[in-house]
Amino acid sequence: MSAVPKARWQRAADYALVAATIVEAAVFAFVAPGFGSVANLINIALSIAVTGILAVGMTAVILTGGIDLSVGSVVALTGTASAMAAAAVPAAPATAAIVTALLVGVLTGVVNGTFVAYLRVQPFVATLAVLTIARGIAFIISGGRSIGNLPASFGALGRAVPFGIPAPVYVFAIVTAAGAFVLNRTVFGRRVYATGGNPEASWLAGVSTQRVIWLVYALNGLLAGLGGWTLASRLGAGVPNSGLQYELDVIAAVVVGGTSLAGGRGTIAGTVWGTLFIGVLTNGLNLANVDPYVQKIALGVVILIAAVGDRISGRTSGGPGTGHGT
Amino acid sequence: MLGSGVHLSASGLTKRYPGVLALNDVSIDIRGGEVHAVAGENGAGKSTLMHSLAGATLPDSGTLSIDGVTVRFRSPRDAQALGIRMIHQELNLVPDMTVAENVLLGDEPSRGGIVDRKQLDARARAVLDRLGQSSLPTSVPVGRLSLAERQMTEIAKAVAADARVVIMDEPTAILAQDEAEALFRVVDQLRAAGVAIVYVSHRLDDMARLADRVTVLRDGQVVDSKPASELARDDIVRLMIGRELAAGYPLPRGTPGDEVLRLEDVSSGLVTGASVSLRRGEIVGVVGLVGSGRTELARAIAGAAPITAGHMELDGAPYRPRSPRDAIDVGIALLPEDRKRQGLVLIAAIRDNVSLASLKSLSHAGVIDRGREGEAVSHWTTALSVRTPSIETTVGSLSGGNQQKVVLARWMLAKARIILFDEPTRGIDVGAKAEIYALMRQLADDGAALLVISSDLPEALGMSDRVVVMRNGRIAATLPRTEATAERVAPLMLGTT
Repeated sequence: MSAVPKARWQRAADYALVAATIVEAAVFAFVAPGFGSVANLINIALSIAVTGILAVGMTAVILTGGIDLSVGSVVALTGTASAMAAAAVPAAPATAAIVTALLVGVLTGVVNGTFVAYLRVQPFVATLAVLTIARGIAFIISGGRSIGNLPASFGALGRAVPFGIPAPVYVFAIVTAAGAFVLNRTVFGRRVYATGGNPEASWLAGVSTQRVIWLVYALNGLLAGLGGWTLASRLGAGVPNSGLQYELDVIAAVVVGGTSLAGGRGTIAGTVWGTLFIGVLTNGLNLANVDPYVQKIALGVVILIAAVGDRISGRTSGGPGTGHGT
Repeated sequence: MLGSGVHLSASGLTKRYPGVLALNDVSIDIRGGEVHAVAGENGAGKSTLMHSLAGATLPDSGTLSIDGVTVRFRSPRDAQALGIRMIHQELNLVPDMTVAENVLLGDEPSRGGIVDRKQLDARARAVLDRLGQSSLPTSVPVGRLSLAERQMTEIAKAVAADARVVIMDEPTAILAQDEAEALFRVVDQLRAAGVAIVYVSHRLDDMARLADRVTVLRDGQVVDSKPASELARDDIVRLMIGRELAAGYPLPRGTPGDEVLRLEDVSSGLVTGASVSLRRGEIVGVVGLVGSGRTELARAIAGAAPITAGHMELDGAPYRPRSPRDAIDVGIALLPEDRKRQGLVLIAAIRDNVSLASLKSLSHAGVIDRGREGEAVSHWTTALSVRTPSIETTVGSLSGGNQQKVVLARWMLAKARIILFDEPTRGIDVGAKAEIYALMRQLADDGAALLVISSDLPEALGMSDRVVVMRNGRIAATLPRTEATAERVAPLMLGTT
């Protein structure tokens, strides 16, 4: 095997995906009426904002070799809770809403993290349980109805359009920048990669791998809360059956973005492109009047192509078996 | 019936792994009705040879023949089809299936596609009875059996398949004394039935009891092959370790300094009541068979395994690490024996691997100073002469020697002063070994205390200023360099004194 220096294990933005996104957009610009308009591009950005926020946290979770299936339900729970908080605190509804969403989000993340990191429950199982529990609580506290008729300030932030771009897009941009900074430049980020790349070696090198994993789930809960608030604020209501199957869209975006489910390999940049690719695909197919069921098939094919790509690049970067012994 | 007169012959087998010549022109003759013992230290090539005979490893060159017909195995299935079976140490059985189902796995008697349970049990019963195992029930799931009973099931599986050659890998390693005796009787029966048995072990007692012929491997080569009657125990030990001692190993410049770490009656896992002392500037070697508690001793010191009894002192103060982090913070580092699984994040760059234990000191408010990190990492990779185009190179693409240097660079950067090496040169080629030895001695001369575990006896004796011999979790002896000869140490390790 050659000793060609690779750019780091987090291969910089996945050029193939960038190229694919550009080609995809170019094709839609021709075949889908109105695709290239400024209004539509802003529309795409808005449509991916919430899943994009969630995908940043999910990238970190998957980098540790884990998964978080609960995020869609947590969006519903935190959105509902924040709407109720806004109604309950008429003096400062907007503040109450956002604080509640973040707190409830962190709390669910802490529950996930505790089960995964310290009680050693498989991430799939632990977060599957929290998925159904969070959804159940969202329905119970809201009585199964959307929480609307809220003070105007509740929806003001989510519906604001500074400089012609909707506020959720700014939230998405800030979260992405912060996520990339944390993963690339901080001690914590480095430990996330190391823990996912080889938990045992990392532990022996002094990394508190359990704490790293716990923190990653807690932060992912925080981001799910932020996503829940963003969505509720934009809708102007807390909707207990919102965020349905968001976890699947989010995982799809992360996987298409080149992050390996085995852990230790992936980037926020890749995730952003993955989110964008899927957002453009959905939007373009809609404008081209493609049957929604066919759209689902297209998304599945995209995921498979990305997975095969990951498999091939993963194979070439692993070393040859050098086991020999007694 | 079974394999009367079978003749399995290998000639000129050569197998190279990256950095290691595992088999070097090995020839061996295995005959029906004979127990052929293969002896050698860890890394001598025993396992590669067995796997080549059993079709699990494809040699780079050389030929195999059975009864004069040249054969070429591409998988264990090919070897099995010709009656060659291997009894692995880790026993390849399906725990949830019964003894009978396991014995006849893949050859179940059936009627119209439905397994005939009666016949299944009867046939398994017949095989077990033939092996003198009439007390072993056929209808119990294998998962509920003892290790010895599972091994017997595995052997019955080979017999049921009409094996003509049975290869056994350290079969007594998992057995108690009386269980081993039962195994020996079964081996006797197989031999009497004309089966050829390849018996791999480093237990001299087993060889004395069973072997008709002994082949000794060292560094991938056959050093001798003789009828067992012509080889005394001492000869085998000498042939196994053989190489000239002390040649090429760097000697200490000065005398050892103060004691830095003391273990008193420490127990942890396999380790029972171990007392060891480490001094500045000194290399202490730890030798013992696999399973003697060597690795567990190092892991206890490094905070990777809890101590259940006894205590440790660091610079005269109590020392009780609860995690590797605690050990690293006081300057104690472990270079684990399995570099790929325990030492390195293979998919990460050299930079990330080296700085991993020192990120705090290379960062401000949690943000890594990449400039300083790069300088620090480059400083140590240069000082240890890691051969790589760049510190951004993925560690998985480096050779074994360079990977070991990357782990060492990590601990240099973390200012380790007590360094525990577990098999420091395993899987590393000869040239790189000399470099690692020189580095280790340099560290000691610079004032570090080193603990070096090695299965390579000449290496352990050549490198160490003091040698701790472990057996069955206990410290059998601690000898100064002048007294630590192979002749003295090997019997202590093997328990034949």
